[in-house]
Amino acid sequence: MIGSLPPAAVMILGALFVPLLRGRARTGWVLLLPIASLAALLALGEGEFGQVSIFSYELTLVRIDGLSRIFGWLFHIAAFIGLIFARRGGSALEDASALVYAGAAVGAVGAGDLITLFVFWELLALSSVFLVWARGTERSYRAGIRYLIIQVGSGVILLAGIIAHARATGSVAFDHLGTETLGTKLILLGIGIKAAFPLLHNWLTDAYPEATYSGAVFLSAFTTKVAVYALARGYAGTDLLIWVGVVMTMFPIFYAVIENDLRRVLGYSMINQIGFMVCGVGIGTEMAVNGAVAHAFNDVLFKGLLFMSTGALLYRAGTTKCSELGGLYKSMPKTAGLCIVGAASISAFPLFSGFVSKSMVMAAALEQNLDVVWLFLLFASAGVLHHAGIKIPFYGFFGPDSGIRTKEAPTSMLIAMGMAAFLCVFNGTFPTLFLYPNLPYEVTYVPFTSAHVISQLQLLFFAVLAFVWLRLSDREPHELPSTNLDADWFYRRFGKGLALAAGGVTSRLRDAVAARSVAAAGSAIGSARRYMGPTGVLGRTWPTGTNVIWVAILLLVFLLLYYASTPVTSAPPPP
Amino acid sequence: MASDKRDMGEQVKDRGRHYFDDPKRWKRLIAILIVVCAVVFALDIANPILYRMTGFELRHPERNWEGFPEFYAVYGFLAYTAIVYTAKLLRKGVMRDEDYYDR
Repeated sequence: MIGSLPPAAVMILGALFVPLLRGRARTGWVLLLPIASLAALLALGEGEFGQVSIFSYELTLVRIDGLSRIFGWLFHIAAFIGLIFARRGGSALEDASALVYAGAAVGAVGAGDLITLFVFWELLALSSVFLVWARGTERSYRAGIRYLIIQVGSGVILLAGIIAHARATGSVAFDHLGTETLGTKLILLGIGIKAAFPLLHNWLTDAYPEATYSGAVFLSAFTTKVAVYALARGYAGTDLLIWVGVVMTMFPIFYAVIENDLRRVLGYSMINQIGFMVCGVGIGTEMAVNGAVAHAFNDVLFKGLLFMSTGALLYRAGTTKCSELGGLYKSMPKTAGLCIVGAASISAFPLFSGFVSKSMVMAAALEQNLDVVWLFLLFASAGVLHHAGIKIPFYGFFGPDSGIRTKEAPTSMLIAMGMAAFLCVFNGTFPTLFLYPNLPYEVTYVPFTSAHVISQLQLLFFAVLAFVWLRLSDREPHELPSTNLDADWFYRRFGKGLALAAGGVTSRLRDAVAARSVAAAGSAIGSARRYMGPTGVLGRTWPTGTNVIWVAILLLVFLLLYYASTPVTSAPPPP
Repeated sequence: MASDKRDMGEQVKDRGRHYFDDPKRWKRLIAILIVVCAVVFALDIANPILYRMTGFELRHPERNWEGFPEFYAVYGFLAYTAIVYTAKLLRKGVMRDEDYYDR
């Protein structure tokens, strides 16, 4: 029975029953669904399924190959861990939207054609916004609206590109697309918005920190990774992406250093990590694409772990702002320890997961003689250590004591974080057991060489040393309550000001036109009243005598006219 | 609007002193870091000596800059410092009040 359903349908249809269930029944149901969905996916095996023909276009609802299967695995694991994390305090709305969201992600990476991709693409946007709105604050409501506009907009651009592409080629197959035609360029732009390309990235740093404590965990897992998948499927080897990726790894690290809200730091950190993936896709060799995919897999786990530990902070301490936190390891030692595992993984310490995947992208860059790219990526690696490796655990849990005392995170949260931490160490220590064999191409890369281990340890430990020196000499940036201007200023301030100014001009114009019209209408009514009103010449009532005179005058005129018009002829002679 | 949902727990009594309340513990941690740094630093110096004695190399530089001794250590230290100083500079340009967009 399960085998006949597309895997995406299991979680999406299953979500419909979530509002009917309470307590343990709901917990059991929502945790069963990702397992059943993964079983359905694995039962299908590789191949193409669900071909349907609509308006002469061939749709392939499900396509499972090496690239889509690893993302399928990833999304199911992320959904399962996230749903465990959300057990405490999560509402039925959050459970249901998380399931639809996860199902849409599974559907999108399984889409064999662009139209199916588009449908799941929009479903990703529609289902995920509830994870922001569920926070229930004014800020989250506004951030959610902005998020939805941009996400749906990305879908509209994608659709425009698909239509142009389909008209040009007659095909909607989702294979390598390239950037030659207008259609594929538009598709790239649509994907680029979801992948948080530079200047298109602010929806991420805007909305994710405003989501619920568990909502941010789901958000960090799906949308951007679907975009990375779509880039790897359609645009591998596009040179432009190499430099887009480099810029993405570079600029967020500076913002992350000065950002006060830890979950917004993680938002910038996501863009930085996606930069490594985009760069790998742009290089496009088998090793580079493998690296990008492996890093996407690891990123969901360690970024999820970091979002979970900051989510636990939000749940227990009520804030994720550096300026208000500090000393929380005293109350939440287990959460602090698990956070450090996530921090070590993203910083790519040996035996942690970042070490075995990020380095694949960098090794691929060197292999292609992209030395400058490699130097930038190495620089960005030091930046990762700053904002994710040190800032998150240090200012979240160890910095100067804020005086906040609370309880350890609830057991369900600790279990979820523990699972993610286990997978981070497992993938980092034994990459050949699960991660490497499941990558789209055969892996020849060996991460654990003495050269790689030594150079990575030198890079990281000396960067930590720099932190200690800067911190002790009071050169580290202070943690200040603040907002940092980014590209979103253009629509949140400049665009808003422009819209308000334009609105002011049009409303003044409208007022002027309305005032003139009212005046003109008033004078027209006035003159009509003057001539035809009760006292007007034409409105007067006439006495009967006047009418008799008028009738007599009319008759006289008639007679005169009659005579005037009758021809004067002599009388005919008598016969 | 409903308020932010969370459970901050009961007011928990603090059990007194904690691990890092003692500044000596921080100093010990920093001392360990310095020792580790010294060890990984020394590996780059030991490498050519080891190679001359045994023919075994820990690392063979593939690029010119890798041949520069302590390239990674210096790059890590300088990159980190550069990031912090650049970010402080950036802050001068972009930092606004916390409620900048709410006003």
